[in-house]
Amino acid sequence: MTGVTALECRGVTKVWGESTDREVVALQEIDLVVGRGEFVVIIGPSGCGKSTLLKLLAGLETPTAGRLAHRGEPITGPDVDRSLIFQQPSLYPWLSALDNVAFGLKLRGAPRAERHRRAEEFLRLVGLREFAGKHPHELSGGMQQRVAIARALCVGADALLMDEPFAALDVQTRYQMQSFLLDIWQGSGKTVLFVTHHIDEAVYLADRVVVLTARPGRVLDSVAIDMPRPRSVVGEAFERYRAMLIERLRSEVARAFQEQELVEMLDTRIK
Amino acid sequence: MIGGLQARPAAAPTLPATTTALRARTRSSGRVRKALAAGVWWILSIGLVVTAWEAAAAFHLIDPVILPPPHEFIGEIRNQAQFLMPAVGVERTGANFVALTAIVASVQRVLIGLLLAFVAGVLTGSVAFSFAIVRKLTLPTVTLLAPIAPVAWIPLAIVAFGVGDWSAIFVVFVGIYFTLTLATVKAMTNVDPVYVDAARVLGARRWQIMRYVVLPAAIPALFDLVRMNLFGAWMGVLAAEMVGVNTGLGAIVMVGRSMMNMNLTFLGMAMIGLVGYLLDAAFGVVQRRVLWWRRATEL
Repeated sequence: MTGVTALECRGVTKVWGESTDREVVALQEIDLVVGRGEFVVIIGPSGCGKSTLLKLLAGLETPTAGRLAHRGEPITGPDVDRSLIFQQPSLYPWLSALDNVAFGLKLRGAPRAERHRRAEEFLRLVGLREFAGKHPHELSGGMQQRVAIARALCVGADALLMDEPFAALDVQTRYQMQSFLLDIWQGSGKTVLFVTHHIDEAVYLADRVVVLTARPGRVLDSVAIDMPRPRSVVGEAFERYRAMLIERLRSEVARAFQEQELVEMLDTRIK
Repeated sequence: MIGGLQARPAAAPTLPATTTALRARTRSSGRVRKALAAGVWWILSIGLVVTAWEAAAAFHLIDPVILPPPHEFIGEIRNQAQFLMPAVGVERTGANFVALTAIVASVQRVLIGLLLAFVAGVLTGSVAFSFAIVRKLTLPTVTLLAPIAPVAWIPLAIVAFGVGDWSAIFVVFVGIYFTLTLATVKAMTNVDPVYVDAARVLGARRWQIMRYVVLPAAIPALFDLVRMNLFGAWMGVLAAEMVGVNTGLGAIVMVGRSMMNMNLTFLGMAMIGLVGYLLDAAFGVVQRRVLWWRRATEL
């Protein structure tokens, strides 16, 4: 941790469907600070608002209450400084890998030759230089996510907001992508805020794991993972962190589950 | 919507060159065999009808004046042959028509009508999609106009444009324009929000999202719609040619009737079927070439 603040949430609340009878409080009074260059992983029960938090930080949504900032500047909308990487495929199927990576530069009006040169650099960084001319459907799921990461880096994003980016991948590919992401992150000074369901993934990747509660999402705990890198997914230290996080999560998941059942029961009663 | 497209296995970039080449060869030879088999069934199917028809005529089961057997009405080409070559445009010459130019005239009308309707429909739809006030003001009217069949516009077309190309083009245009406007709004509304979000995160402005994301993402569905409406448009043009626009394939059929030359009528009908089929096939090829990425992503 460098001690300098990158991403900052102060008392952030998000209510969906405000002033309707289907009001849902997704996030409640979230306080979260991510240091510059820090790798923070968010875990929490399904529907706890993890994705909502990333969308707020990306500037795609506005909070109902509270303050969001990046490097001290208030967040008022999307900015190429902060890039969001999605769980589902988000590459444009009608563009080649190269043109997908160059898309952000095209939006800024960069000349063709320059944006292709830069895009090629980033494709090389993610190890897909020779796939520049291929289209997304010709690439595997892991390759597609690497192109998506290159696309985010190519516009010069300083903070990567990653919304379960590897959730749709098979286990082998997921392991590869995790070490690949760490390779890119280490020494780059980029800030990463990473959402996942997988506790193993969280312990393997994170400088710090933030645990959210079931809906409405609040910060339950923040656990620094004090293990040297490169990490091994076996061993006593890993198991200890893993067990601790599972324990933290379990009561929350149980609570979420009970609430869900209660809601369903009431729904059937009403019907 | 996309039944006409065929999935093709994506190339396997990691395979060694020899294996890939081998695969490609096997695949293309498999495709040739498939096409051949399909061709045989075509010949059998048409052959069956032609044989039955010819036999019925030979045994005097049908009146060849009313239902001339294929060899007779196809033989009519000989009588028309003198008119095939000269570049006289699409003009009426006595009882006969210049067959080739008639085909050109009809096809031209359909294609110009479809092209104009496509451009206008996508433009109107885009504006309606982008501005809620335009959408709310226009869509109710458009929704009511869309189900009016192309043929129903013929009387208005002839009164407004007289007997000529523009009458027929108008029928095609108006028959598909409203439907396409509605479809454009719908297709643009259905664009995966993640595409839009990804563009916004990369710093896209509103018009850039429209130009670089929503439009290309919506185009394939619209192209499908044009293709589905191709036969409707084709019928519209022919009907217009029958009742007022005195040139083109539709007019040939009608002249055959009024001259009691059923050979000419059937020749015209055969050409209508054949050209209609070829038009649809050509659309299919264009669709596969221009919108190639779609097969892999949506099928």
